[in-house]
Amino acid sequence: MYLKNILLNQFKNHAKVQFDFSPEINCFLGINGSGKTNLLDAIHYLCLTKSAFNAQDSQNIQHEGSFFSIKGEFERNDKTMAVHCVLEEGKKKQLSLNGKAYERMSDHIGLIPVVLIAPDDTTLIRDGSEERRKFFDSMLCQLDKKYLQQLIQYQHALKQRNALIKAFNEQAYFDKLQIEPYDRQLVKLAKEIFKARDAFNESFEPKLQEHYGTISGDRERVKIHYESDCRDEGFEAIFLNNHKKDILLKRTGLGIHKDDYRFEIDGHPIKKFGSQGQQKSFVIALKLAQFQSFLDNKKEKPILLLDDVFDKLDDLRISKLMGLVAKGDFGQIFMTDARPERSKNILDDIPADKSFFEIQPTLILD
Amino acid sequence: MNFPSKLIEDAVHEISLLPGIGKKTALRLVLHLLKQSENHTENLTHALNKLRKEIRYCEQCHHISETQICQICTGVKRDKSIICVVEDIPDVMAIENTGQYSGLYHVLGGILSPIHGIGPEQLKIDSLEKRILETNADQKVREVILALPSTMEGDTTAFYITRKLKPLNIKLSTIARGIPIGGELEFTDEVTLGRSILTRVNYSLD
Repeated sequence: MYLKNILLNQFKNHAKVQFDFSPEINCFLGINGSGKTNLLDAIHYLCLTKSAFNAQDSQNIQHEGSFFSIKGEFERNDKTMAVHCVLEEGKKKQLSLNGKAYERMSDHIGLIPVVLIAPDDTTLIRDGSEERRKFFDSMLCQLDKKYLQQLIQYQHALKQRNALIKAFNEQAYFDKLQIEPYDRQLVKLAKEIFKARDAFNESFEPKLQEHYGTISGDRERVKIHYESDCRDEGFEAIFLNNHKKDILLKRTGLGIHKDDYRFEIDGHPIKKFGSQGQQKSFVIALKLAQFQSFLDNKKEKPILLLDDVFDKLDDLRISKLMGLVAKGDFGQIFMTDARPERSKNILDDIPADKSFFEIQPTLILD
Repeated sequence: MNFPSKLIEDAVHEISLLPGIGKKTALRLVLHLLKQSENHTENLTHALNKLRKEIRYCEQCHHISETQICQICTGVKRDKSIICVVEDIPDVMAIENTGQYSGLYHVLGGILSPIHGIGPEQLKIDSLEKRILETNADQKVREVILALPSTMEGDTTAFYITRKLKPLNIKLSTIARGIPIGGELEFTDEVTLGRSILTRVNYSLD
């Protein structure tokens, strides 16, 4: 599967641009601020219905614009899938496939797998647990529709329960009967979600270890510890016994929304003890393992977005990564670089169909 | 939007507060009213005022009524031993239109949703309990049917009411959910189809 073309209207800094892509390597070149990464983001929108960088959809409309529109045609087994995403200011985002609008955005997720590698972005390691949950959830949701539905239900029930707890706290009363339905739903869903996350991690970890070895050339041992309140056999009893504390803190303190993934290198947390290079290698290995998971599960290569890898990685890691590209391990690739000569040099030896696009704000000169 | 007169602006503003009506539609309605005879507008405002002032709700089931107790609750052909619990007034009308139900109703006036600040006190749940307890021996309530929306909030409300009514020892049931009549299996969403397989019923030849 690959993206044949894209047409953007008032998306971020692009007033109106159109591109026809190569099914193999596509390289966006241009000075800083020309909107190279925004093009990757537009592709991200078509695959996952949202931005990879800015959660606020309306902020992706061009300044002084009133809407944005992203249209792209994907080709899969000689069939064309036209995806169109439109956001009008003050209205709900609309996504359609071959002219038919989706009722729920979540129905589209998983149809077009995508992996984004932004090596500078080690927030996955450094930031709070939410980033890591998001990363794994995004993968699980793309691979498993049931998981996505369960997660949506869990978050909804959690919101209701938290509102109830807050009311209990502020009005200083408690009614077991009222909280019971939420407790039951949350416990039931938490157990299912935990099982799915745990099983996924089991299959994911070996892939990570393999790719970490390839990328870093090192022999350190990397591990992911998936930590969850639900791992405890008595989770249900503990959860149901926590009402007092929950009310005091005005939120639900236990559950899979508190899970974390602890990344380790040779038995030590990589967040504290990993060097910058090790952290970068780890993030890339995570993303390559993600690529592998999609490939294994869907028997189809995801689209790969590489943001500024040549600038942010050292020569060794670039050559390892390009080794994989040259071997033909990937499908369609989109990459960005501020220095055209460098990209052309690096990609010169790679036997693949390559298209280069010079990006200038609002103007293209192929 | 700019208006040629403050009078028009005010009228448009009021009408556009109604659900499903924007400024443009409101303006069209206002201009339409101006083209009609004055009588027409007077009848309309009269009807609305009368509606607002004289509307009443049944003291027993909280459905709209012109009398203290509504026509359904007092109907002689109604089976007073069954109460169907619904979220709101349109649901009563929908079930009535099926022609398949001859029991009584109980309108909750909403469903539980802490996010929107709706708890049991905002709904007519206590009054349902009282209603069941207070009925005389000859028209005892045998069954309560929960006809609530198939959403998390609907399920939560059903669960809450079930717990509340359990000690009263009456039959509690909930409406069936599944594939619409005339519907194709392949076009039914997975959740509904999955659930209708799980809650399948014995095939009946009658």
